[in-house]
Amino acid sequence: MDFMIVAKTVGSLALVSGVLAVIISIADKVLNNYGQCKLDINQGQKQLTVEGGSSLLSTLAGQKIFIPSACGGKATCGLCKVQVLSGVGAGQVLPTEEPYLSEKERAENYRLSCQIKVKSDMQLLIPEELFNIREFICELVELEDMTYDIKRLRLKLPPGEEISFKAGQFVQLYSKPYGKVKEEVFRAYSISSKASEKDHLELLVRLVPDGLCTTWVHTALKVGDQVRVSGPYGEFYLRGDCEELIMVAGGSGLAPIRSLVYDVIEKGLPHKMRFFFGANTVKDLYYMEEFARIEKDYPQFTFIPCVATPEAEANWQGETGFVTVALENQVDSGQGKEAYLCGSPGMLSACIRILKSKGFTSDTIFFDEF
Amino acid sequence: MTPPISPWIIFLASIITSNMILANFLGMCSYLSVSTEYKTANGLGMAVTMVLVLTSALNWLVYEYVIVPLGLVYLQYIIFIMVIAALVQILEMAMDRFLPEMHAKLGIFLPLITVNCAILGATLFQVIRHYDFLQSVLFGLGSGLGWWLAIDMLAAMREKLAKVKLPPGVSGPALAFIITGVVAMAFIGFSGIFVIQ
Repeated sequence: MDFMIVAKTVGSLALVSGVLAVIISIADKVLNNYGQCKLDINQGQKQLTVEGGSSLLSTLAGQKIFIPSACGGKATCGLCKVQVLSGVGAGQVLPTEEPYLSEKERAENYRLSCQIKVKSDMQLLIPEELFNIREFICELVELEDMTYDIKRLRLKLPPGEEISFKAGQFVQLYSKPYGKVKEEVFRAYSISSKASEKDHLELLVRLVPDGLCTTWVHTALKVGDQVRVSGPYGEFYLRGDCEELIMVAGGSGLAPIRSLVYDVIEKGLPHKMRFFFGANTVKDLYYMEEFARIEKDYPQFTFIPCVATPEAEANWQGETGFVTVALENQVDSGQGKEAYLCGSPGMLSACIRILKSKGFTSDTIFFDEF
Repeated sequence: MTPPISPWIIFLASIITSNMILANFLGMCSYLSVSTEYKTANGLGMAVTMVLVLTSALNWLVYEYVIVPLGLVYLQYIIFIMVIAALVQILEMAMDRFLPEMHAKLGIFLPLITVNCAILGATLFQVIRHYDFLQSVLFGLGSGLGWWLAIDMLAAMREKLAKVKLPPGVSGPALAFIITGVVAMAFIGFSGIFVIQ
């Protein structure tokens, strides 16, 4: 008798939910079917025919055009802005988008691509550099300990593929499920290799305690593994409208600076460069010989490693104290200079404060925060 | 069983004397959280009204032709909620397709409404009170309009009061409760005009 009641309950609930599920999926097929839609990007630069019914963000991703999005389409990061000139959704901002669009952007038909559905032919304007953003399945060819907590990854792009990036930009690295972590996560890492080397990428990854992606890199990843990256992204690259570049980095923030230094040298640019590299202890320093060599070969480059609290036994000869102290003492004014900073938020805000007191402005300070 | 009441009495009573919020205190969560701006509150009120009418009609049919004949009355709560959720989903898709302007305004509220207890409350009231189809639909419409009226009043007052300097203890949600209480007491003044049980 009890069994009958249980069976009836389970059966009827399964039946009701089954019927409703069928109705919803039929409705989805019928109502959500917008047929083929033509997307015109940047006035004819690219024309795509896509299946309507999904968000613009995911439709474009399906066409290998990756609009940056940190929240994955929940309208909480506001990064996935594109201009919609015509088609459904042009000039009709949703309440969910309002917080992320300025008056000016609304006037210029900016929308969050995660909030619009592709329902008809559309004309879009997408920033040029986003066309460069692609996904690569790379092979890990080298994995080296630079310090006790920083590893260098050297990735080989698939045969025949190239990445063109500006020195200082970053890629997103996708981890695979490992151990207790059941899902894929992605994190941004600056490219530390030369921009001229288009078939390889190098990244510097510091182990963050309990960090999902960094722990994967430090414990699970092996040479020969396939690694998925997408990029390049970012606004941190050389402007060069000056005579001298002041570069400041802490820890793995060295990565984009290394790329920038090589870029200036390889292009034969005339800029003087001073690179302040901050570390807590001597064992946090790395790439010392390489930068010393560059300093010797190229007089335009000066390398200033600063150690906050050197170990007694290390016999440290260089600058002692925080990188901010060296910056305060050695940079006289912001005249004819640009500053490029990469490091922790605390270090960055301290450096920016000092640089501004020396006459640098928001237009001459560029930084990459992590 | 009570003698049949005119559907129009039910309609008016559910707006005024048996107001979902001011008499029954149902659907309070979104009523309190989405009432800081008149414009959004108005959108939510409109969406609630629409969903209430449709769910009242649909759930009446489901109750009479599925739940009762199959002897599933003990599962009615789960089934009603599933029907409401499915209806809201389909409604959102249909609105996006055929009424994009309206979807732009109300679309974000629809998922919120799925779990609004005023919707399930209306369905359960009509079952308990043995309403027929027309009575149910008008009860749904009236309840929705009543809910809409209440949230509009609250939002209008909150918008005005946002410009007033208030002691810290009575601002924000506390103020919303005070306003709701005062308005509910005022609505008691209507009692006796129409009675539905």
